[in-house]
Amino acid sequence: METEVIDKSKISLGSSPPGIEGPGFFATKLDQVIGLARANSIWPLPFATSCCGIEFMATMAAHYDMGRFGAERLSFSPRQADLLMVMGTIAKKMGPILKQVYIQMAEPRWVLSMGACASSGGIFDTYSVLQGIDRIIPVDVYVPGCPPRPEQVLDGIVKIQELIKSESLRRRQRPEYKAMLAQYGIE
Amino acid sequence: MEELLTLVEKKLRENFGDHIISAEMMRDFPVFAIKRDKIVEVIKYLYDDPEMEFRFLTDLCGIHFPDNKGEELGVIYHLHNMPKNWRIRLRIFFSAEDAVVPTLTTVFSAANWMERETYDFFGIVFKGHPNLKRVLNVEDMIGFPMRKEFPLEDQTREDKDNTMFGR
Repeated sequence: METEVIDKSKISLGSSPPGIEGPGFFATKLDQVIGLARANSIWPLPFATSCCGIEFMATMAAHYDMGRFGAERLSFSPRQADLLMVMGTIAKKMGPILKQVYIQMAEPRWVLSMGACASSGGIFDTYSVLQGIDRIIPVDVYVPGCPPRPEQVLDGIVKIQELIKSESLRRRQRPEYKAMLAQYGIE
Repeated sequence: MEELLTLVEKKLRENFGDHIISAEMMRDFPVFAIKRDKIVEVIKYLYDDPEMEFRFLTDLCGIHFPDNKGEELGVIYHLHNMPKNWRIRLRIFFSAEDAVVPTLTTVFSAANWMERETYDFFGIVFKGHPNLKRVLNVEDMIGFPMRKEFPLEDQTREDKDNTMFGR
């Protein structure tokens, strides 16, 4: 078997946020430093109910390895999680449980909706299935597909990272944010 | 299975007479139509009789035929005699306005959740049931989803129109 030659020009390291650099110091905004730290150490809470959950397992495993994005540590307690990943069909009866999990998460928190079912009900346009989790909780990133490929999930994670990096520290204290949560009946 | 049909039919006709409406083979399965008021007594008899010994309730479910006026709703009982591996099916039919059936929980504890499910999906009330409330659907649901008039699709969606979805 041939030894794989790594083309070093294709390797890119994470870039530092914009700021002023000089000998021995680097000055930037606190928001951006915190955003950088948060974005690269996401603790996801997998809320997997069906086949998207299987695809998520592949995303976590060695081939796709979500750990490369700093999100290898899953949190099975909502209180310690940053990112709620909803993967699979959510029946109407499960809706209040999902909402409870979201409410138990501490701010700042993000939500990724993976797959057609979580995003819109998917093929299950029926009386017993919730037609998209955004009817009960706010969603930051939707990953389409039935089920999406692991690459798409990683793309969704990168999108979440971009949101985290660019988020202002005051965003979650703003009245607009509170009003948005109030629309869902969440304080 | 023809022998089983004849045997059970003879036993039932001796004991319950006119309350047995019909006895027939449906494919390879003996099926008995019973009058609603006697259904629990019939099943109790099939349970207790030393020759019958139908002591396993495989299934209990509802059915809805809206075109059968006066007999729109039904309940179907599947019984199993484990030692002899006999299976039979009992059916009762009644009108949707008067969907009340005596509970089978007095004979089979297993009927408890099955009757709750049947109530949940068909709105059939089991008189005497210890805890008759919805078991699978959300508690605040209006209507009974397995009845034919119940719309299958979620009624709260606004994005599906006829041009896109062929309705």
